[in-house]
Amino acid sequence: MTGFLQNTFNGLVSGAFYALLALGLAVIFGMLRVVNFAHGAFYMLGAFGAYVLLSEAGVPFWAALVVMPVALGLLGMALERAVIHRLTRLDPLYNFLLTFGLTLILQDLVKNRYGVQSSPYATPAELSGSLDLGLFDFPTYRVFILGFTVLLCVAVWWVLSRTRVGLVVRAATERPELTRAFGIDVGRWVTPVFGFGIGLAGLAGVLAAPMRAVNPLMGADLIIVVFAVVVIGGLGSIFGSVAAGFGIGLVQAWGEAYLSDFPIVSQTAVFVVMAVVLLWRPAGLFGREEAPA
Amino acid sequence: MTSAVDTPADAARPTPPSALAAVARAPGRIRYALLAVAVVAALWLPNGLYPAVAVDILCWALFAVSVDLLLGFTGLMSFGHAAFWGTSAYVTGLVAIHAGLPFPVAVLVGALASAALAVPIGHLAVKRTGIYFAMVTLAFAQMVYYVANEWRSVTRGENGLQGVPRSLFGLDLTDDYYFYYAILPIVAFGLAAAWRIVHSPFGRVLVGIRDNPARARALGYPVHRYKLTAFVLSGFLAGLGGGLFALGHRFVSLDVLHWTTSGKAVIVVVLGGIGTLWGGVLGAGIVVRLEDWLSFSGFEAIGLVTGGIFVLVVLLFRRGIWGSAALVLRRLAARRR
Repeated sequence: MTGFLQNTFNGLVSGAFYALLALGLAVIFGMLRVVNFAHGAFYMLGAFGAYVLLSEAGVPFWAALVVMPVALGLLGMALERAVIHRLTRLDPLYNFLLTFGLTLILQDLVKNRYGVQSSPYATPAELSGSLDLGLFDFPTYRVFILGFTVLLCVAVWWVLSRTRVGLVVRAATERPELTRAFGIDVGRWVTPVFGFGIGLAGLAGVLAAPMRAVNPLMGADLIIVVFAVVVIGGLGSIFGSVAAGFGIGLVQAWGEAYLSDFPIVSQTAVFVVMAVVLLWRPAGLFGREEAPA
Repeated sequence: MTSAVDTPADAARPTPPSALAAVARAPGRIRYALLAVAVVAALWLPNGLYPAVAVDILCWALFAVSVDLLLGFTGLMSFGHAAFWGTSAYVTGLVAIHAGLPFPVAVLVGALASAALAVPIGHLAVKRTGIYFAMVTLAFAQMVYYVANEWRSVTRGENGLQGVPRSLFGLDLTDDYYFYYAILPIVAFGLAAAWRIVHSPFGRVLVGIRDNPARARALGYPVHRYKLTAFVLSGFLAGLGGGLFALGHRFVSLDVLHWTTSGKAVIVVVLGGIGTLWGGVLGAGIVVRLEDWLSFSGFEAIGLVTGGIFVLVVLLFRRGIWGSAALVLRRLAARRR
């Protein structure tokens, strides 16, 4: 039983990363109809930025946790204004290709400067060690990640559902034309929302730095799994994306624990789940049907 | 690329309904002249370039045409075609190493394996359209990558398959120069097949589905089945290219299944011109030649260049080379009238 709870906890922690990335993707997709391939690259930049700040300027984890998301969010807003904006009226595939190109560029820039080997990032002193959770001990840092992510998701949910800004964003997501017709300047919110989504990716990166190997390629493989996650949850649904993120984390952790003789199972579980969802509910578990094709 | 016709996305769509149609309407002389140029260029290629690079160009030309069959003529952007390119590369390599069959048979087996893999993936992927189709195909290709990575006893993991032989009834094809001419008929067959598919009644239905899926369905066409058939045919062509690629390099590594390979195939098509079929061949020539030149000159960050091409082409040159040329041709023809 303890083992099961431990695996479940582990699953929720890795699911937290999927959830943060999927949340950013879903918010951006809702507002801009852009599937941001570079999301993984920004996650990587978050982790790498934290590492560089610590090793070259001595900036501690807590400062990086604030600085990196803000800096990357601003970079994202600049990119949105400079290039992505030009393609949003075209087929979304063009922005997918554009952000794919940006991914290759960002990845290679970091690779050329720092090489491909992984760099260690020390867990902040306040969060090292482990916590006694009654049933079992758990690394403090992981408890922190899970708590922090859940709080963040709740906060985003609160902003979207209880504030005026959230009202505008939700309306613009569902019916952009109609929202404009009501005299609301939808365009004003596009750039900040993009920056916010990118900031979330950067935040996930900083959180990942002490836990995962920091290297230039850490984002790309992850983002493809996150694509499968949002197909499962339904990209149009913010709640669905987050829920699917945690769900896939759990499935992978259980697969790893109970089918450890077959490592391939936990690696491919997400894709199998995606296949089942496509057969059963093609629009995703929480998504709405597209126009029939 | 399958939304209804009157949305802004489609109004701004860079590809004319068929850029090829412009050439088709041009006097027959132009078409025969172009065909003659293409034949001469194909026969001359290994004399002007390193033969190994020429072989790569042929393989990538098939790959690009297979992607364009879906992207340009069915309105489906597969971002996971490395799955078919790579699967055939591995199967071809294994058959060539272990069975000692003539290499065209090995390539055929590889391409058939890819087509077989395209059946389940296509069946699932055609349930979604547009950007979702791209994400789903990308995800399944990544699954194939993970499987190949884990299945070390067969794929040899990081080491890859080494020493893939090019046997053909005792002929000595170790020299890339002769190997180029040995595979040229296979590539020509693949390209002709693609041309035949696009210009068949089946191909016209695909274009109809691309332009207006709802109407195609209303006319009684089983849209999913048409898309799936196109997907499997495309998988076969990609497999043909991938198998030849394995023989060309005499080596198969996990790179053939990597997501960057899928992405490169798409950008080769966009650079050449979506929906132009032969544009992809030009795009393949340019990208392969450029990458060879970059790696030869010791430039490390190829991703910077490939990524830069992506960004620039998507921002500034969405019609692609062939699409732009067709547009110029059509304007000239219109002026003459």
